[in-house]
Amino acid sequence: MLIALIGNQNSGKTTLFNQLTGSNQHVGNFPGVTVEQKDGIIKKHKDMTVVDLPGIYSLAPYTAEEVVTRNFILNDKPDVILNIVDATNIERNLYLSLQLMQLQVPMIIALNMMDEVKSSGNSIDVAKLEKELGVPVLPISASKNEGIAELISRLRKTGEGKILPVKFDCCTGAVHMAIHSLTHIIEEKAKAAGIPPRFAATKLVEGDSLIDDALQLTENEKDIAEHIVTEMERELGTDREAALADMRYSYIEGICGRTVQKKNQTKEQIRSEKIDALLTHKYLAIPLFLGIMLLIFWITFGPIGSFLGDLFSQGIGALTNLVDAALQAAGVSAWLQSFLIDGVFAGIGSVLSFMPMILLLFFFLSLLEDTGYMARVAFVMDKLLRKIGLSGRSFVPMLIGFGCSVPAIMATRTLPSERDRKMTIILTPFMSCSARLPVYALFTAALFPEHQALVMISLYVLGIVIAVLSGLLLKSTAFKGKPSPFVMELPAYRLPSAKSVMLHMWDKGKDFLRRAFTIILIASVVIWVLQSLDWSFDLTDTPQNSILASIGSVIAPLFKPLGFGDWRAATALITGLTAKESVISTLSVLFNAADSQALLTALQALFTPLSAFAFLAFVLLYTPCAAAIAATRREMGNLRGTLLAIAYQTGTAYVVSLLIFQIGRLFL
Amino acid sequence: MTLQDLSVGKTAKIITVGGEGALRRRLLDMGLTPRTEITIRKIAPFGDPMELSLRGYALTIRREEAAKIIVEETAQGCGTHTRMRWRGGRA
Repeated sequence: MLIALIGNQNSGKTTLFNQLTGSNQHVGNFPGVTVEQKDGIIKKHKDMTVVDLPGIYSLAPYTAEEVVTRNFILNDKPDVILNIVDATNIERNLYLSLQLMQLQVPMIIALNMMDEVKSSGNSIDVAKLEKELGVPVLPISASKNEGIAELISRLRKTGEGKILPVKFDCCTGAVHMAIHSLTHIIEEKAKAAGIPPRFAATKLVEGDSLIDDALQLTENEKDIAEHIVTEMERELGTDREAALADMRYSYIEGICGRTVQKKNQTKEQIRSEKIDALLTHKYLAIPLFLGIMLLIFWITFGPIGSFLGDLFSQGIGALTNLVDAALQAAGVSAWLQSFLIDGVFAGIGSVLSFMPMILLLFFFLSLLEDTGYMARVAFVMDKLLRKIGLSGRSFVPMLIGFGCSVPAIMATRTLPSERDRKMTIILTPFMSCSARLPVYALFTAALFPEHQALVMISLYVLGIVIAVLSGLLLKSTAFKGKPSPFVMELPAYRLPSAKSVMLHMWDKGKDFLRRAFTIILIASVVIWVLQSLDWSFDLTDTPQNSILASIGSVIAPLFKPLGFGDWRAATALITGLTAKESVISTLSVLFNAADSQALLTALQALFTPLSAFAFLAFVLLYTPCAAAIAATRREMGNLRGTLLAIAYQTGTAYVVSLLIFQIGRLFL
Repeated sequence: MTLQDLSVGKTAKIITVGGEGALRRRLLDMGLTPRTEITIRKIAPFGDPMELSLRGYALTIRREEAAKIIVEETAQGCGTHTRMRWRGGRA
């Protein structure tokens, strides 16, 4: 039995999905769009599969999420629609329900957060609501796991009995007339296209172009339809879209007037207003937000994060030593041992060393999102980001970019518009991540010993400036067109369940491991091969003879106008693709530097302060590490976009470094 | 008057929702339909967007959109009126 879980954003849909399926979940994308599709099997009911559809407010044809949901119901023909409705916000939630009921698929409404309604002294007459709506209504509390067993058995009954919503008429007067006449005209074609005639007629009256195309009406039929709608608009004195929305809401107001007793604001709403008095306060909002983010960064990259990180790398180190000893004992050849230890294990190690950081950041991100604070950040920051063609929603992912680009790019998943998502993915790596810091530290120690902090800060600022300029550029070129509407609900603050947060964290960690493992592993192995073999494919002890070094020598002249045309610098930039801090280890190997002092001296000989700054600017801006590329590939949804993003970032790095070096030369 | 002209704390009734395409449809879908009562709760720290209260929930929209929504201010009791005006003046 296939169950489609549909509901508004913030209605507790994900919580219900987690309660129903536990960890039996599978995450993927809907074909062709980067809209996430999650499905899972209901616990103890192996024959019942639930598909978690995106959170939507309507079945309009404008957003990818709404179209995906609609097509899923029409094409995949689920046995039951499980429509989750937030009982504390029932009017707006039922707006979607009315549209779903017209799809003529067996349906159940789960009335969520009933506990909040009751504890605030309000009430909903569920039996009466069920009768008025013509579909089963079950009160539940997803977060407290109440009413779930009952819900499952009703789902089974409704699905197996194929109990359709009782046909109802929510329309009156002129709208009713229009829908009625159109239904007759298009009935045959709608059935042929597999769309319920009444739904099709309603959508045609609304001016839905997708239904228009699907029905393949003749010119004559289209003319009649347009005539009917014009008549309706004339009679009502309003346009088609407003007329339908008004009609649905009026109908809902009628039902709610008879079934909902709402004397008080809920406790959660009152609490939210109090919290917002601080968190979106005119002067306090920004300092509080910065404080919260600093705390998150401090925990992730400070004592707790580094403790977990050390634990991980010690574990990996111990395992590597064990395998190394075993290989030694087994007497495998030197190249195989080096391949396994320096190639494969080093690669796996670099993947795993990301894990604690990613898990911690996602723990906090999911807290921010699920408590409702993320929506407030978007509200507060919207004006700043709108100038570069984004909305406030992109702010947190970009900020996370200062920690690590990988979770930052993964966090763009929550952005409602595909355009914003792609733009944010391209801009985020310009935020200087923590892996670039060791490179800055080394170079500034060697060449700017007096002004170390100043140079580092200027690099961070440079990244932000480039991101802003890129935003302006992309807004007026590749991402031309209207920015997505910023019409966003500010949900009541709620404490998410530990289970939800953990599942989310685990999901993201798993996702990262699965996707990143292959690409990082391949990258590490390729770099190992290039670094360890010479052109006759023999293992080489002198790094100068390696394939990598000769590639470095070939591309080095490209960097000459940037001030660092040395083959060692070029080679280090190539290895920086696996992880940016690798730039240091490669340089130290290629310089044959015995200790850090030797490395500093070597750098002082090779770079001038100006060429060093150009080099650092390049390290800051050029394509992020393999793990970030893997994340980009995943969130972009296609290879072409990923390659374009990489090309754009590397191109920007080249141009900016070139400008720094060439203009700097005029003055220094 | 438009929704943009309404000051913080004031309540108004929607007359028409202007604009076009996806954005207008979104406003209608979110319950900004004619005759709906709507209260301005807050303006964001940088002066935009604004937080509204309608149909028992909180919604945020930009001033640009608010300027396309024609409203009619609803009369309020004397006491609240002055208090609200003072609050509106500060924001």
